[in-house]
Amino acid sequence: MSGTTGHIDGRIDLELIAEMISPGSRVLDVGCGDGDLLALLQSKKNVDGRGVELSQEGVNSSVTRGLAVVQGDADTDLADYPDDAFDYVILSQTIQATRNPKEVLRAMKRIGRRVVVSFPNFGNWRVRLKLLFDGRMPETQSLGYSWYDTPNIHLCTLLDFAALCDDLGLDIEDAVILTGNKARRISNPGTLANLFASDAVFLLSRRN
Amino acid sequence: MNTIGKAERPEGGAGPHSTEFEEAGIRVRRALATFGPDEPLTLDCGVKLSPFTISYETYGELDATKSNVVLVCHALTGDQYAASTQPHTGKPGWWTSMIGPGKPIDTDRFFVICQNVIGGCMGTTGPRDIDPSTGRPYGLDFPVITIADMVRAQAMLLDKLGIGEIFCVIGGSMGGMQVLQWAAAYPDRVFAAIPIATAARHSAQNIAFHEVGRQAIMADPEWKQGAYLAHGTNPAKGLAVARMAAHITYLSEAALHRKFGRNLQDRDSITYGFDADFQIESYLRHQGSTFVDRFDANSYLYITRAMDYFDLADDFGGVLANAFKGTKSRFCVVSFTSDWLFPTSDNRQIVHALNAAAAKVSFVEIKTDKGHDAFLLDEPEMFATLRGFIGSAARAKGIGA
Repeated sequence: MSGTTGHIDGRIDLELIAEMISPGSRVLDVGCGDGDLLALLQSKKNVDGRGVELSQEGVNSSVTRGLAVVQGDADTDLADYPDDAFDYVILSQTIQATRNPKEVLRAMKRIGRRVVVSFPNFGNWRVRLKLLFDGRMPETQSLGYSWYDTPNIHLCTLLDFAALCDDLGLDIEDAVILTGNKARRISNPGTLANLFASDAVFLLSRRN
Repeated sequence: MNTIGKAERPEGGAGPHSTEFEEAGIRVRRALATFGPDEPLTLDCGVKLSPFTISYETYGELDATKSNVVLVCHALTGDQYAASTQPHTGKPGWWTSMIGPGKPIDTDRFFVICQNVIGGCMGTTGPRDIDPSTGRPYGLDFPVITIADMVRAQAMLLDKLGIGEIFCVIGGSMGGMQVLQWAAAYPDRVFAAIPIATAARHSAQNIAFHEVGRQAIMADPEWKQGAYLAHGTNPAKGLAVARMAAHITYLSEAALHRKFGRNLQDRDSITYGFDADFQIESYLRHQGSTFVDRFDANSYLYITRAMDYFDLADDFGGVLANAFKGTKSRFCVVSFTSDWLFPTSDNRQIVHALNAAAAKVSFVEIKTDKGHDAFLLDEPEMFATLRGFIGSAARAKGIGA
């Protein structure tokens, strides 16, 4: 869970997330890595930001940049945060590396009024074709690991993720998919988006 | 031991005394401030302590706007000699790894103050001093003091020095308790706070260890109900045992194994007796015997008691987060993986409360096998974290490089 475990162009991902955040809000970045996103959000959106990061190097880099980052694990340490503590809780390219994604999302929903999640899409056509024709675990630009050393233990497709959100009472407020390096806003994750997206960014809110 | 104490005082008269010298590239001022009958220290137990003195050291120079003050809080058996040679032992200051030119607490940049705590025995008023009402040393007539009392006294010294806001208050163990107390009691005076290897309340296990130490002192026939100075005796044996027991808690099983294992001391085989056959025994005996040369037994009783009584949440309706409500200070909490005296879980409780109070908090758990004492030792990861935190805080406050 040390920062970005997917292999997409980090800047695009971060920029897309930043666009979804209202200026001046309170933000928690779970799995904040070196603090790139928090630094971007502070300079661009003037947010009051906090981070959680598993790796010592990530914490040290973040703290050196003046960011308030706590060493911790998304799977266990989100329990330390009170209800409604943040306007946004962000999980960028990390959910697939958590041990219990459902509980992590549930905790994020409790802590933040809105939840932002970005992840690599396992439903992408390249992934499907690799498994179909090569008969081997897919390694793509977004998923650049062998099956035996990947930190990505809970991969999912767009449709899987949407179903989990529905299950948890999280509504999709906004969704952007990446195809190659092109970003496209979608109204709802459908079959085609699930086929073409290499990655996706979701803005979620609690269902009323 | 008491003769050492008296020699330590710079003449003990009225007004701040001070000496200045240069050591290891640091401008050191060694000073004593006296608080007269018109400025008593109001203690938690209700007593107004007066008169009293505070012995302290400063390193570096105060800038024109008094914005670069770093207050260093010492631990149970620490003293004000954080970065200069301890005059009684001739040993380097206890935090020379952290404080100095170019160090994480950079004396070329910051004005560092370290004060001996109230109840201590290095020049600040404690049970060894003369009780003006009897003309004899206080002994057990000295009022019981708390962490809050220590901090209140420190604030009075800063007032006297004309210092309002502190850029950073930092300390480990009992020093960390003072940091938390500072942040809770004087939130407007603390820009940044660094509690290291500490807890917002002393655990039952730690109170238990302290009680063992105190009972060892009190069981020494030379303790004389605390009146050993009047009797001309010295409970050195009891104090040494207290130190030996405590010292074990500052280390870790892994560190003890690495350093000593079952190695024998200056012999090839066991002696079938009670000599210090093992190196660890010899080491602990040495720790005990050198400690009694520099520390007062009653001070040990009082200061351990202050730690036992510390429960910050207690003053805030039992909710620790309330101690930090609305705080503007930024915090950096540090713990060590092998510290079983103030384990990471204790430090995380502080982080938890700070999160609940929406405070700006950073936290790092340093991997080390050196136990609780790691905060005093060469821990590059700790230095890297603190250098980063202090540097970014200084930038935020606009302190020049």
